[in-house]
Amino acid sequence: MPIERSSPGLWTLAWRRLRRDRVGMTALLVVGCYLAVVMMALMGWIATDWTREVGVNYAPPVFWAQDQDETAQRSVIGNDTPDGPIALYGLQDPLAPVLAAIRAQYPQDRDLVEAPRRLSLPLGGDKWGHDVWIKVIKGSETSILVGLVSALLATLLGTLMGAVAGYFGRWVDDGFNWLYGVFTAIPYLLLVFAIAAVLQQKGVVTLILILGLTGWTGVFRLVRAEYLKHKTREYVLAAGAMGASNTRRMFIHILPNTSHVILVQLSLNVIGFIKSEVILSFLGFGVPVDVVSWGSMLNEAQNELILGKWWQLAAAGLAMAILVTAFSMLTDALRDALDPKLKN
Amino acid sequence: MNLTAFLFRRLWQMVPTLLGVVLLVFLLFNWVGGDPAYVLAGKMANPEDIANIRHQLGIDRPMWEQLLIFIRQIVTGDFGNSWATREPVSEIFRTRLGPSLVLLIPMLLLETLVAVVVALIVSAVRGSVLDRTLMVTSTVVMSISLLVYIIVGQYVFASLLGWFPVKGWSDNLWRNLTTYAVLPVLLGLMVSIAPSVRLYRTFILDEIGQDYVRTARAKGLSEPRILLVHVLRNAAIPIVTNVLMGLPVLLTGAFLLERFFAIPGIGREIILAVERSDFPIIKAATVYVAVATLFANLLGDLLYRALDPRVHFE
Repeated sequence: MPIERSSPGLWTLAWRRLRRDRVGMTALLVVGCYLAVVMMALMGWIATDWTREVGVNYAPPVFWAQDQDETAQRSVIGNDTPDGPIALYGLQDPLAPVLAAIRAQYPQDRDLVEAPRRLSLPLGGDKWGHDVWIKVIKGSETSILVGLVSALLATLLGTLMGAVAGYFGRWVDDGFNWLYGVFTAIPYLLLVFAIAAVLQQKGVVTLILILGLTGWTGVFRLVRAEYLKHKTREYVLAAGAMGASNTRRMFIHILPNTSHVILVQLSLNVIGFIKSEVILSFLGFGVPVDVVSWGSMLNEAQNELILGKWWQLAAAGLAMAILVTAFSMLTDALRDALDPKLKN
Repeated sequence: MNLTAFLFRRLWQMVPTLLGVVLLVFLLFNWVGGDPAYVLAGKMANPEDIANIRHQLGIDRPMWEQLLIFIRQIVTGDFGNSWATREPVSEIFRTRLGPSLVLLIPMLLLETLVAVVVALIVSAVRGSVLDRTLMVTSTVVMSISLLVYIIVGQYVFASLLGWFPVKGWSDNLWRNLTTYAVLPVLLGLMVSIAPSVRLYRTFILDEIGQDYVRTARAKGLSEPRILLVHVLRNAAIPIVTNVLMGLPVLLTGAFLLERFFAIPGIGREIILAVERSDFPIIKAATVYVAVATLFANLLGDLLYRALDPRVHFE
């Protein structure tokens, strides 16, 4: 073992412990892959256009289509009619002249519509023939982004309030504790529903605000307790004696010593908020219709399953389950690495 | 300090929290939210209609007067009628509470029972392969969304295999318990057992590390007896408290189950109300569930003190 010139800090030690934890490192790798995909989707490098209808309706996944060639063929025949004139039972199509005019005016659009559709897609297609694989990536982007940003917001709020309450104590503490009591008296999901009902405007930003502004309570409680404990420690008193201001003592001296608590709470919040986003979007109170998320995919999948089209459900459900499992294990590993006393 | 004084002090402490909840709900619906008159009047509204509705709702009055009206509604329990169905709000809650309880009580009992048994087993073999496998399994099981369980479970066990009705409810308690509530309860358990097992396992392991367990072992007691009699009795204190305090959360956790299985309970009513912007129902539900939460917490606290002689009423 090499001789160390300075003693390793909390983070170096934690990183060393984490690196020895095989489960934790695997979880970290999986989460890292998801984040990389989200970044690439955000930059517009992959999954740029999920609304393109590249496959036939309910195109089966490639591996499934080989087994069920016959059924796939049949479903294709059923859908492949737009070229020929549709039997109208002797009726005149009242829109025929209008449609003809439109087609004459925009010939290139006709090409787009008539582009050959694929009979099967890597992970299948949905009702309109959207590629489920691209939808999953896009949905992951939305769900993870909402989870991350709202967790950051909630953690920031909770940390600030917890720091102020714990550090100043007395009536400031009473005030924040009262607010904490009020927010925890209402069950979380009910509060979120109530706010969603009042705001009545769907959108990713609204969703982030709802989750972030309601989810700060857990962080607040723990950070406040940490500040109560630390503010009378000698290093803080010494900093005060040297003339460090309150703000400096709170955020330069104490905050780094509570950062492990905050990090674990942050990742717990990410998991919780991803789950909440999925439920809200599923119920239709979350993302708007032109945004795809895991929740909106599950909503579509609910009706598809009855028709035997299981692939969108499997894709969205699996993508979410893998991420949440990995994130939970990473959180456990982080907690163990940052606070080795807890482990036993 | 004796029990009565303790009770009074705790009830007194509840007052500011309750006022806060009332204020929060009031601000949310009367200040943050838009003018509900437009929601109520529909698309073809003329100014007189809007003014008329505003007058009926009392939102043309000053804010403090509106707040007083709201507080009066809470105290008397008279929230007027639902905006969507014209049914009195109190009537809605009275009739929807039963089905919710038929779903929740079996779920709570089964969850506690199964979770305690599994937690005892994994604690007895802590550190073994079985323990680690079960803990990893519980993490995975927890990670799958309740939505996926419900969608797949309803399709496979009800639509495909026909073991249970797809959805529905009857007027007969026994029929509801044995037919309609079975699948929702089982699916609800899928997500709620795993976190409980993990929590109860830590409670039990905390006790196993105590000195009295070593004493019991030294006396030569059998391991099952130590676990079931000595450890479980002490671990039961945090477990019971936890179950009681989780009661109101369970009430709202059944939102999705009630909606999918068409169970006419409170959770489904709240989702419907959010969909229809039926503000009186949401307001009433938020306030009353908050009251229930506060009382459940108080009850949990009391029970904790009653079960654990080391804790004094102070």
